[in-house]
Amino acid sequence: MFSLYNRRRLINFISLGVSILAMLFGLFWLGWILLTLLEHGLPGLTPALFSKMTPPPGSDGGLLNAIAGSLMMTVLGTLIGTPIGILAGTYLAEFGQRGWLAPITRFINDVLLSAPSIVIGLFVYEVYVVHVKHFSGWAGALALSIIVIPVVIRTTENMLRLVPNTLREAAAALGAPQWKVINFVTLRAARAGIITGILLAVARISGETAPLLFTSLNNQFWNGDMDKPMANLPVVIFQFAMSPYEDWQHLAWAGALLITFSVLTLNIVARVMFRQNSNHH
Amino acid sequence: MQTLLREARLKRQNILDIVFRNMTRVSAFAVLALLTAILASLVIGSMPAIKAFGFNFLSSSEWDPVNENFGALVPIIGTLATAGIALVIAIPVSFGIALFLTELSPQWMRRPLGIAVELLAGIPSIIYGMWGLFVFAPLFADHIEPWINEHIGPLPMIGPYFSGPPMGIGILTAGIILSIMVIPFITSVMRDVFDVVPTLLKESAYGLGSTTWEVMWRVVLPYTRIGVVGGVMLGLGRALGETMAVTFVIGNANELSGSLLMPGNSISSALANEFTEAVGDLYTASLVELGLILFFITFVVLSIARFMLYKLGQKEGH
Repeated sequence: MFSLYNRRRLINFISLGVSILAMLFGLFWLGWILLTLLEHGLPGLTPALFSKMTPPPGSDGGLLNAIAGSLMMTVLGTLIGTPIGILAGTYLAEFGQRGWLAPITRFINDVLLSAPSIVIGLFVYEVYVVHVKHFSGWAGALALSIIVIPVVIRTTENMLRLVPNTLREAAAALGAPQWKVINFVTLRAARAGIITGILLAVARISGETAPLLFTSLNNQFWNGDMDKPMANLPVVIFQFAMSPYEDWQHLAWAGALLITFSVLTLNIVARVMFRQNSNHH
Repeated sequence: MQTLLREARLKRQNILDIVFRNMTRVSAFAVLALLTAILASLVIGSMPAIKAFGFNFLSSSEWDPVNENFGALVPIIGTLATAGIALVIAIPVSFGIALFLTELSPQWMRRPLGIAVELLAGIPSIIYGMWGLFVFAPLFADHIEPWINEHIGPLPMIGPYFSGPPMGIGILTAGIILSIMVIPFITSVMRDVFDVVPTLLKESAYGLGSTTWEVMWRVVLPYTRIGVVGGVMLGLGRALGETMAVTFVIGNANELSGSLLMPGNSISSALANEFTEAVGDLYTASLVELGLILFFITFVVLSIARFMLYKLGQKEGH
């Protein structure tokens, strides 16, 4: 017979053991996926990967056009989405105390934050691609910018709320008008956090595939024209991985390794940077 | 003269104030407009299908591009089934990880382990898909599915759901991979809401002689129940809309097979696979209507999630 005391100890022991197992379970998948990527992707990381175009099946090639296309669309998407996100986040934090707009926007934004990205692609297809009648890099950048906006709004608002009110009051007491207080005092004080948010948004969109499928599509050749279908890493990986050709699959693994480690590096840099800056306070 | 100058300057600043305030307001309004535009464009895009099939679209399992007869039942069931499997696995695991990170882990391990779990969320979904198709599915087919067939297959009631040829790809595989993808989201919300619990409450329970598990199960969890459910709903919202990982491993078969080991289809993977190749207005419109259904389901789920998390947030304020 267990005494009550022993039984409680046993239950505690077992459940804590299970919790450690859960932690290991999580780490196990992370480790397994990263190792797989290294194993299959490292042999493909050659200079040719960065200097040649995507090949037809059976011949040599690289991913240069896809890498360039991804970079262009990611940069453009971030450039379009960030200003809107910062302004809207500023509204929520600085002007949103009264009225109906701020609470509703906050709620909708939180929902959009985890809305399915494939629906965003569908949306851009319906409002843009259908009307211009061809896939294009612009459409891809537009879809990515719609994913950037909610991320930037959320972090901007959170970071502005961390700025102590005394700072705003001090600036106002010196006679600064509100736009100056916000632009030169509060936004500047929250700069590190906001940049972290932008980096996280960039990390998020650089791996997104679904919204690009119906917008920028793909392009086998070099293309610097945003108004034409544009190659990009995620869609090329998707197409090559699903193909029966072995050399395409090798390229897909190399691309997968490249994209994952860029995204994870961005994630880590964003966090480390934020931590360093928040330590100064 | 001087007062005039000062007044002019004040006036200019006032105008700049108004301009800036309205710039931010218009941007906030843009978010609302965006949501409305997404809904409107999907409704307009799916009009031909809505007119042609009406509510039968939701209950028909037909998907026949040749005769232009479409129904959404198979992808809807696939979406719900994969997300359900994902939650069944992810909820206990996330709770375990959150428990470990908030109560058990030594201080110096918390940050690196926390970052490691968040990196799991950072891995792009297409990578999960590739890994699932090339690495996980073959192992699953060789070692785990035969075991499932042998041991769970003969059971009454649930048996038929777990029998079928060991192919590796299918609804169960998609659900398992989705579970790995939503674990970090649920874990992160759980950690945040567990931190909301007043230390006083926990220490009182410890002071009365509770074990760590009892503090978690009887004090922390009841206190944060709304937030935990909110986190789970957030994970559900993610799992429902996830596209690329599912597309790789679900098998893309538009059939109701009744077994989780068989290939199926989800809304998002049907879109990813067929949309660019769809010919004819009705085919395209049916796919857009699928997108509308997906957006509607995730919108409802995510709204409930946010509502619950706000409720917990209000509790924190008191």
